[in-house]
Amino acid sequence: MALPDVKQSATEARLATLRMPEAGCTRDAREAALARLRAMGLPGRRDEYWKYTRPDTLISPEPPTAEVFHTDEPMVFDGFDRLKIVFVDGVFSPEDSDDLTLEGVSIDRLEDICCKDIHWAKQLYGVLEERGQTPVQRPLAALNTAFAQDGVAIHVTGKPSKPISLIYRHESESSDAILHHVIRVESGAEVTILENGPAAARFNKCIEIDIADGGTLHHVRAQGRDHQRRAATHMFTRLGKESVYKSFTLTVNGVLTRNEQVVELTGDDAVAHVAGACVGDGDFHHDDTVFITHDAVNCESRQVFKKVLRNGATGVFQGKILVKAGAQKTDGYQISQSLLLDDDSQFLAKPELEIYADDVACSHGSTSGAIDETALFYLRSRGVPAKEATNMLTLAFLAEAVEEIEDEALAEDIVSRLEGWLARHS
Amino acid sequence: MLEIKNLHVKLEEEEKQILKGVDLTVEAGKVHAIMGPNGSGKSTLSYVLSGRDGYEVTEGSATLDGADLLEMEPEERAAAGLFLAFQYPVEIPGVGNMTFLRTAVNAQRKARGEEELSAADFLKLVREKAKSLKIDADMLKRPVNVGFSGGEKKRNEILQMAMLEPKMCILDETDSGLDVDAMKLVAEGVNALRDEGRGFLVITHYQRLLDHIKPDVVHIMADGRIVKTGGPELALEVENNGYTDILAEVN
Repeated sequence: MALPDVKQSATEARLATLRMPEAGCTRDAREAALARLRAMGLPGRRDEYWKYTRPDTLISPEPPTAEVFHTDEPMVFDGFDRLKIVFVDGVFSPEDSDDLTLEGVSIDRLEDICCKDIHWAKQLYGVLEERGQTPVQRPLAALNTAFAQDGVAIHVTGKPSKPISLIYRHESESSDAILHHVIRVESGAEVTILENGPAAARFNKCIEIDIADGGTLHHVRAQGRDHQRRAATHMFTRLGKESVYKSFTLTVNGVLTRNEQVVELTGDDAVAHVAGACVGDGDFHHDDTVFITHDAVNCESRQVFKKVLRNGATGVFQGKILVKAGAQKTDGYQISQSLLLDDDSQFLAKPELEIYADDVACSHGSTSGAIDETALFYLRSRGVPAKEATNMLTLAFLAEAVEEIEDEALAEDIVSRLEGWLARHS
Repeated sequence: MLEIKNLHVKLEEEEKQILKGVDLTVEAGKVHAIMGPNGSGKSTLSYVLSGRDGYEVTEGSATLDGADLLEMEPEERAAAGLFLAFQYPVEIPGVGNMTFLRTAVNAQRKARGEEELSAADFLKLVREKAKSLKIDADMLKRPVNVGFSGGEKKRNEILQMAMLEPKMCILDETDSGLDVDAMKLVAEGVNALRDEGRGFLVITHYQRLLDHIKPDVVHIMADGRIVKTGGPELALEVENNGYTDILAEVN
């Protein structure tokens, strides 16, 4: 079916500003992705999947400028022993990055892969993204696969002694970054991936994660404080038998953030948890879009998303659990909640369950509410000042999501960021 | 210590007068009890004194050691030394009991210009107080009142009282929902805090609690007023004859 004119012209206008890099072994995947993108077109306001989030500034030929935020405060994860991989406005920075050698893992730059005809990443690049295009189209991910400028391929074969930390620095007010990473976790291997930083004025990022039987990947991400930045991110994760994927995202500020998680449980007894905590004030729009497919027996999935919104901020949650026929003994849980600190903020939620197996336990809930006045009075009656009491209750509201982070030190760091935000915004 | 004069209170949202001229003075070192039938305004009195929203004082005053309570925010009243043990202690998921206690203790110390307790000193103090109330380490770690039994919640209130060392303690139906053993434990906790500098106002339906916390003065409240005041024997009279006789006599 031909695309509507508006969509086609918007798509071509955007494509005109993009150039496919020297493609090497990713050439076929990139060209296929471009063809996919041309067939589906970039998202428009009328698309059901973009009903709550305006894609305009994510698809415009040039990004709106975004002021660079500076702070002397230590950055998130600063105190942690980790292998740092730094990108500045979407370009790998060797001088800011650590040596990429670490036992149990091999890391290559996307640029180096592109020069080779044969590389393991060829089996993954664009593959999970393409699988994730059905049943719902994700054009920005196809655009990413076709035009990614940089990224890394991480092959985890053992249990590296420290987390791999992807750091995205934003230095130019008009940068338009497209990054694509691929991660393959081999059987029995285990890794922690950290991500932080605002990246660019506009950031399109895609990660494809393939976890083999018995592999484990922990992911903790902090999306930072550059207020005017815009980001559309995708994580496509495929889980093998008895594998584990746990992802947590903290978002503070940002005029527009859309985080999509597409998870496919393809091996029995696999576990996938995706969680997020976001705090937004004023001109803030945050969208969590999650699609979890159960396609194996006795798998567990959890979605825990909490949003604190004030001064007209908007939160969106679109979360789906799809249980395919035969995916018996599925245990699916989904909760999305917002704490609205005033009457001007809004939370738009669309929880969905689609179940074709008969022996499953799936639950979902979504709530919006204000601070519990009774609890607030209780705290104040014990001498806790109103502001401090409100902050305590706000952190308590977010706790269920933060508790999804297994590593206690990382969780503490995230909580301290939330405390910082509350201190600045109350 | 606590002086309430001609206190008139209505609901903020509707034209319903709840308290219609309460006069009451609680002296330091004394335990006063307020008894009265349902709907007489006992709990409202405790809420108005502690500063809960939803009530409007239309006349009268309430002071603590001369300071105007009604002008203060709830946290200021607490720092001034007022404590309300809730009839229904509030569950707060996500806030650890210990964190809550420490925040409260230190917030009050800070408000009074005192130095905050160190983590070690606080821990020592809370363990000691918890032990006498048979509150175990697990209860201290759990979120505030979440999953606590009725007895545990009330003991937790008394623990807070013991930690905060208020001047004036109001106990709102602290005996409700307690079995005899739990009530004894709570009463012991309260009695341990009795001293010359501290006043108590014990609100209850039943004489039972007053067997364990012996009051100096007993007030009967009805229809928003204190209608009769006497010694401990007044509570026994209520226990034996109900409120009907007393109210008939007053009217």
